[in-house]
Amino acid sequence: MSVFEYAPAPESRAIVDIKSSYGLFIDGTFVDPLDGGGFKSINPSSEETLAEVADAGSADVDAAVAAARRAFDTVWGPMPGSERAKYLYRIARIIAERSRELAVLESLDNGKPIKESRDVDLPLVSAHFFYNAGWADKLSHAGYGSDPRPLGVAGQVIPWNFPLLMLAWKIAPALACGNTVVLKPAETTPLSALAFAEICQQAELPPGVVNIVTGAGGTGAALVSHPGVDKVAFTGSTDVGRLIAKSVAGTSKKVTLELGGKAANIVFADAALDQAVEGIVNGIFFNQGHVCCAGSRLLVEEPVAEEVLAKLKRRMGTLRLGDPLDKNTDIGAINSSEQLARIKELTAAGTAEGAEAWSPPCELPDSGFWFAPTIFTGVSQAHRVAREEIFGPVLSVLTFRTPDEAIAKANNTPYGLSAGVWSEKGSRILWAATQLKAGVVWANTFNKFDATSPFGGLKESGYGREGGRHGLEAYLNV
Amino acid sequence: MTSLLAVDAVARARSQPGVDQVGLEQRAAALATRSIKTTAKKWALDMAISMVDLTTLEGADTPGKVRSLCVKATRPDPSDRACPSVAAVCVYPAMVPVAVEALAGTGIHLASVATAFPSGQAPLEVRLADVRAAVAAGADEIDMVINRGAFLSGRYEQVYDEIVAVKEACGDAHLKVILETGELATYDNVRRASWLAMYAGADFIKTSTGKVSPAATLPVTLLMLEAVRDFRDATGRQVGVKPAGGIRTAKDSWRYLVTVNETCGPDWLSPDWFRFGASSLLNDLLLQRQKLASGRYFGPDYVTVD
Repeated sequence: MSVFEYAPAPESRAIVDIKSSYGLFIDGTFVDPLDGGGFKSINPSSEETLAEVADAGSADVDAAVAAARRAFDTVWGPMPGSERAKYLYRIARIIAERSRELAVLESLDNGKPIKESRDVDLPLVSAHFFYNAGWADKLSHAGYGSDPRPLGVAGQVIPWNFPLLMLAWKIAPALACGNTVVLKPAETTPLSALAFAEICQQAELPPGVVNIVTGAGGTGAALVSHPGVDKVAFTGSTDVGRLIAKSVAGTSKKVTLELGGKAANIVFADAALDQAVEGIVNGIFFNQGHVCCAGSRLLVEEPVAEEVLAKLKRRMGTLRLGDPLDKNTDIGAINSSEQLARIKELTAAGTAEGAEAWSPPCELPDSGFWFAPTIFTGVSQAHRVAREEIFGPVLSVLTFRTPDEAIAKANNTPYGLSAGVWSEKGSRILWAATQLKAGVVWANTFNKFDATSPFGGLKESGYGREGGRHGLEAYLNV
Repeated sequence: MTSLLAVDAVARARSQPGVDQVGLEQRAAALATRSIKTTAKKWALDMAISMVDLTTLEGADTPGKVRSLCVKATRPDPSDRACPSVAAVCVYPAMVPVAVEALAGTGIHLASVATAFPSGQAPLEVRLADVRAAVAAGADEIDMVINRGAFLSGRYEQVYDEIVAVKEACGDAHLKVILETGELATYDNVRRASWLAMYAGADFIKTSTGKVSPAATLPVTLLMLEAVRDFRDATGRQVGVKPAGGIRTAKDSWRYLVTVNETCGPDWLSPDWFRFGASSLLNDLLLQRQKLASGRYFGPDYVTVD
């Protein structure tokens, strides 16, 4: 108990208007699903129902793909890039103008702290639309030939960890390149995608250019295996990514997959330690660790291991877990009971295998899904907590003695999405970056995202790049 | 404290880990987003008032001006007896006798800048005489400046020795060591200078004279707070921190308090261990305090202009 207790500082939820039920967004309007099925989307911090959402069946997916095809053939495909850009700029501006409302909605449906949805997610969402809008009439200068063509209809399936941001990563480049889309948001976080559908209406985007079908795994399977889809883009688990790769094998569909990770965050003894500790915290506790590129394995050089751990534990003691809408909350709710169960299962395995778990004193709310920030020490490479993606606020701490050992341990994983290097020595950073088998290597920072920078994985973390000039390739016939 | 040979102290100060500028500034910016409301704001306003070193350091200072400031320091809000008084009044050595008389019996500390403040560009003997005169006249806190010329040319031993000499000249008076971070320029330098000053006997480390821009910033104060925290871990001795210059609003002040709270913890949340060197800050604190108590702004004519 500190003498300086921060009083509650909740962001008002009155700014967002959530309807009691939502249909599917097909051909520019909200329609009921053909078989009438639906499910509830809940607030993971309180378990209250936020809205009823339609469950799209295969006939609904047919209708959405048909609408997207029609829009591609008649309106969006033939439209000059300079005209497409105007719609994308308009969408980007509306998102920026409504960002507070969308941030509150995102935190309600996902459980992430409002400071993250407000300061990270929403600014990046509009940035991705602004950035890709700029490419729409410049594709002949993007390095993909003098007149690169769109692919057609893109079927896109996105995860629940950054619902609106993942939507932006998928939809903005697809539309800029002249494709139309059918997007399925995750079943636990559909609301911001449905708010985006309303923004498409507000921007007077031609009907059928963007279609949103809500549902669970079955809806996603129907979408990616649909014969009318020319391009499949998926972000999510490696297991589902494998199924998708199998389902599209032998077809002409172009595929990008952004899958799991088990990133190493390497702290050399000559690092700026206080800032490295911030980077470790940001790497694993940002968004409750629900980040595919999370720095979930800390590799720290032995001479400073004790000091880094002491600083890390002290810093973890200041993390504030609780109401996602409180502006002072650092750690929000786990997105679902299923995810919470998985985190608990893996951390129990960590303890059973002999690693030592530590969490700061941390009171968990009574309702909702919560997990205290946790670090495991005494971890060996063989432990499950060092190998499997936990996708929660759980850090495994390992040590190394030499730079070569650090690289060998960092690369010793089937994944290859991201990595971090902390050192005040520039030459060591450059050397490490060339040795690390990861799609993204951060130097003296972590979890930094930018619309202009490509993002994607190596090995079982997937293929294809999203963002930047490179991200356009996935949506062009090259 | 742990007594060290000068050569060891200097070596330890030199071997401090580096500071990543981007990371430090991001951390400070994140701390500045903490939302301080209602009861937390009330606590922070009173705490900030009690931490103010109410300062006047002008060539135009007169006994009348200093007396007026001392009255303000004792009763910052004449309309509210519950309003705490400030920690100290800070003046030039020539004004110390006036302030001693005005503050007698109030319990408010009297700080005097010394050592040829603000440049420090006088022979050491002159600077030490400046300190002795201020202490003899009744100052119980001395705010010295370090020799930035010596520091920037790498003569850390000289910087260290001079601080030791000033500390000795202070006698029982508390020593605040001004690093003048705006002239040290890099965060690496600020960290090394902080450790040099602490090893040499500083009771407080202070950012700035207020005569150089930039003066106190949140990132540089965060860095110095990390230094005092780590120094206590290493030696067992607790040192205070005083940001000075450029802190003008109540909102700024609780950003600093949040930074103290989340960097060093509650042990430093006291006027004994954290001070604000400021003049105009106090009136904004008083305005916000009145607003919080009454629900409305009275306006600048309801706080005193001194």
